[in-house]
Amino acid sequence: MQVPAQFEYERATSVAHAVELLTRYGPDSRLVAGGHSLIPMMKLRIAEPETLIDINDVAELTGIRLDGTELVLGAMARHADLLASPLAVEHFPILVDAERVIADPVVRNRGTVGGSLCQADPSEDLSAAFAAVHAVAVIEGADGRRQVPVREFHVGPYQTVVGDAEILVEIRVPVRPGGGSAYEKVERRVGDWSVAAAGAALWLDPTGVVTDAGIGLTAVGAAQFAAARAEEFLRGVPGSDDAFTEAGRIAAEDCRPVADQRGPVDYKRHLAGELTTRALRRAAARARGQEA
Amino acid sequence: MTTTDPDTGFRALDATPMGYGSMRRKEDARFVRGKGRYLDDIVLPGMLHAAILRSPHAHARIVSIDTSAAEAHPRVRAVITGETLAGLGLAWMPTLSHDVQSVLATDKVRFQGQEVAFVVAEDRYSARDALALVDVEYDPLPAVIDAQHALDADAPVIRDDQEGRTDNHIFDWEAGDAAATDDVFARADVVSSCDMLYPRSHPAPMETCGSIASMDPVSGKLTVYTTTQAPHAHRTVYALVAGLPEHKIQIISPDIGGGFGNKVGIYPGYVCAVVGSIVTGAPVKWTEDRSENLMSTSFARDYHMRGEIAATHDGKLLGVRVTVLADHGAFNGTAQPSKMPAGLFHVFSGSYDLAAAHCAVTGVYTNKAPGGVAYACSFRITEAVYLIERLVDVLAHDQGWDPAELRRTNLLRSEQFPYTTALGWEYDSGDYPRTLATALDMAGYDELRAEQKQVRSAYERGESPMLMGIGLSFFTEAVGAGPRRTMDILGLGMADGAELRIHPTGKAVLRLSCMTQGQGHQTTFAQIVAEELGISPDDIEVVQGDTDQTPFGLGTYGSRSTPVSGAATAMVARKVRDRARIVAAAMLEVSPDDLEWEKGAFRVAGDPAAAATMNEIAMAAHSDLELPDDVEGHLDATCVYNPPNLTYPCGAYVCVVDVDTATGQVKVRRFVAVDDCGVRINPMVVEGQVHGGLADGIGMALMEVMAFDTDGNHLGASFMDYLLPTAMECPSWELGETVTPSPHHPIGAKGVGESATVGSPPAVTNAVLDAIRVRHADMPLTPAAVWRAVRGTPLRTDLAIG
Ligand SMILES: Cc1cc2nc3c(=O)[nH]c(=O)nc-3n(C[C@H](O)[C@H](O)[C@H](O)COP(=O)(O)OP(=O)(O)OC[C@H]3O[C@@H](n4cnc5c(N)ncnc54)[C@H](O)[C@@H]3O)c2cc1C
Repeated sequence: MQVPAQFEYERATSVAHAVELLTRYGPDSRLVAGGHSLIPMMKLRIAEPETLIDINDVAELTGIRLDGTELVLGAMARHADLLASPLAVEHFPILVDAERVIADPVVRNRGTVGGSLCQADPSEDLSAAFAAVHAVAVIEGADGRRQVPVREFHVGPYQTVVGDAEILVEIRVPVRPGGGSAYEKVERRVGDWSVAAAGAALWLDPTGVVTDAGIGLTAVGAAQFAAARAEEFLRGVPGSDDAFTEAGRIAAEDCRPVADQRGPVDYKRHLAGELTTRALRRAAARARGQEA
Repeated sequence: MTTTDPDTGFRALDATPMGYGSMRRKEDARFVRGKGRYLDDIVLPGMLHAAILRSPHAHARIVSIDTSAAEAHPRVRAVITGETLAGLGLAWMPTLSHDVQSVLATDKVRFQGQEVAFVVAEDRYSARDALALVDVEYDPLPAVIDAQHALDADAPVIRDDQEGRTDNHIFDWEAGDAAATDDVFARADVVSSCDMLYPRSHPAPMETCGSIASMDPVSGKLTVYTTTQAPHAHRTVYALVAGLPEHKIQIISPDIGGGFGNKVGIYPGYVCAVVGSIVTGAPVKWTEDRSENLMSTSFARDYHMRGEIAATHDGKLLGVRVTVLADHGAFNGTAQPSKMPAGLFHVFSGSYDLAAAHCAVTGVYTNKAPGGVAYACSFRITEAVYLIERLVDVLAHDQGWDPAELRRTNLLRSEQFPYTTALGWEYDSGDYPRTLATALDMAGYDELRAEQKQVRSAYERGESPMLMGIGLSFFTEAVGAGPRRTMDILGLGMADGAELRIHPTGKAVLRLSCMTQGQGHQTTFAQIVAEELGISPDDIEVVQGDTDQTPFGLGTYGSRSTPVSGAATAMVARKVRDRARIVAAAMLEVSPDDLEWEKGAFRVAGDPAAAATMNEIAMAAHSDLELPDDVEGHLDATCVYNPPNLTYPCGAYVCVVDVDTATGQVKVRRFVAVDDCGVRINPMVVEGQVHGGLADGIGMALMEVMAFDTDGNHLGASFMDYLLPTAMECPSWELGETVTPSPHHPIGAKGVGESATVGSPPAVTNAVLDAIRVRHADMPLTPAAVWRAVRGTPLRTDLAIG
């Protein structure tokens, strides 16, 4: 019988209130956003928080907007919001690609962007997508706000830099012209977590040379969900199929997948390469305006 | 009447047919409104809640169990252990396969998830909380996980509860003529052989299993609300185990959210709920959660098969030889006709005219959950059909033959029926070549092969990673168990009863021993009566599931409801019609012989104006009308139907897939299914059954498996790990039909519930392997498995991926 252990429940009305509640109830309290990761864990009694602090009423955490040259996603933006966001379609199709293959509509209607990042599951798709686009996390605590690049946000599986009495407020993604992005995922079945996935963001100069590249990898043990050496290789070379294949090869070499029922190590490593190459190809086509 | 909406393509079913034909399911009015009444919806006054503590180990000796902290929980009312049950003689219970099974473990635990203690509390939260307070000390033992090593000399003995046992061997069983088969093989021009696994899978119904036991301390009557496909069989087992007379036991099966065989057996939780109710004096509810369902209450398949097929140079199939290692888990609890330890597996000669065939099956114990035959498999015909349909493709692959042509030239011809197979089954009817031709036509087989060639040449030129595959299967099902002289469960012959009563106003109530789990019995069986008597299905109530309200019979599984209970329904309706004729004769003052039946009325031959309708007859039967001396009056009848033979539906399936060789992903592009299940009572219901079974086949072939690691940890204990197919993996099914009525069934119908589950897995598998031109790889063909198969290093799908 899957029922959670007993817990107290509080409803936060603002970020400051949430921080105050976190401070009051201490480290055995947990924020609940969409609840699609936390509540299953509570039902299985893998998590037994003493207090749940519900942030679903905190309006300042919602919304997706453009702020100057940054795309800003509130931590409580639902997966479904991001999937339907015209701003995301325009600036970062990688995020829309990723959302399309995250879980199913039921999960996407409640699960949140912030919850995804904070859950820090090694298979979380948005972690890699945000790593690819060099996003920055904004965290608030009693002492105010601080900014942490997404590539420094995760400190290990299920662990982030967010402190016990802190809350992730928003994610900011710098928008630069000349870019294209894409996300490619292999799953065993629709709604399943990634066997492996790769996201790519590319910026090309008018001659087709890569000026900057971001590559994110999901579920293959890549450090900080990124493929730094492959990105480095691409900077300054023409954005050709050969270059993308080589970048894939490097990305595959650098990841450290573990075998599970989704697949053996050799297969996952191969996928890391294949999907990196495919994502780069699509990102380049989008940067060139050849594909939506 | 059926019309198709031009905008949506959906059929509008606007009228109730007086008999056969598509009509909306009567039960759906409540289901689509969320008003079904399932086990967990039932709340009895004073009801308590139970939870089960399960073993974390696959194999361990129990050193001690301390329940004192749990018993001290303020809301806990009872903690039951194996020791408690041993005191009542209930620590072990009989299985359906001549073995015993632990109810709550006493000496050892033998699989991960095995039941160890049963906590009864005032609410479900407290019951679950108290599980953590039961302190069990285990001494872990090495586990037997790989069935292929279960019989090794140094394998740990799992069933040391059986005196003198020194190994994990359960049975050896064979069918067919070994010498004749060897002879055929010795003379054959070509032989192909192949090792193949039908992996362990789970029925995974949407609703898990559960039960509410309520022992009335005053009347001494035990009422059990439970999710059962076989209410009467359950009552008999409770009577035998608990020593209560049947009339003191009432089993009530409410609406069931899917069974697929998962709800045939009696599980430890059910027995514990009864004991819990006796101990506390209150009703006790126990319902499984999803993980408990996947880990402990029944699995299916788990057949390690080695098959060989023999043929002549010019493609005439001669014989098949099979050895099977059957993994039965820790207790031999398969549910099947009890004289048949491999179920009906020995229909594996399939749809072909073979000179000889032979199989040898060895059953072994492993440290896995018991169960075994469940899951829409027609008693292991799923395994049999997979075996033969894979073997035919392997032979075609080895010889460079076209798999459609090889099947076409070897199928049984219609003039050969009734046909007795080399393994002794008497197939009743079929027109196999026409069924296959219909499917190949619908699929456009030749065009598909031409397209496949083009796709392959682009692949070979390095232009695309995509390949296309076309997979066939032709299956013969054997359903409607069964003749009672050859088929029984626990000594109970597999016959089923029906009772029909026509009320004075002409409305009717039909009482049946079978039990719907979503198959639409309330509609289909009403339609059978309607066809026989001309009473509208809307005016016929079908009663099932309550042993105090229904006749004895063995229930619904193995696609047996229409073949057995459907036949009983037709027969009982005909008995009523015979009585109605006598009543009508008295009403019209003619001899019964002068009456002619026209659906819904008897008419006097030669005087069509003189007639009595069923409504009039029903009223007259209950009135002061003078009836002949030997006629009792009223309008009712009972019947027990003992099927003379099984019915043998068949089908031809064509599956088209696209495979991305660089990622291993498979997309099922098309699926053509031509089924022949004889006469179709409600074609819409039949199509629904086929749709579900086809989706099952995609699940089996591409994603479903219960694997275990070497310590015996279950790697499929949630729906994140045990994947079921969704609408997204299913193409829009293309269905066709041929109709060859069963000659021995009163209305010519054959079962269909499991046809598609049986027929579709090999079609999908054959399609994937056809695309990548790999001789064989085991299911499920997940992306990883396909990618590895392409590279010649296939995965062993039943073990943890290393
Ligand atoms: C069936 C299913 C399939 C799924 N498939 C996928 C998939 O394919 N890919 C994928 O990426 N994800 C998948 N998910 C996960 C899904 O995206 C979750 O919704 C997401 O991981 C968590 O978001 P949430 O809002 O539900 O977080 P919650 O469950 O509410 O919280 C998760 C954790 O984050 C913490 N947290 C939440 N918000 C904040 C915040 N603002 N600041 C600090 N801490 C916070 C919580 O305290 C908790 O520890 C799946 C989930 C399910 C149930």
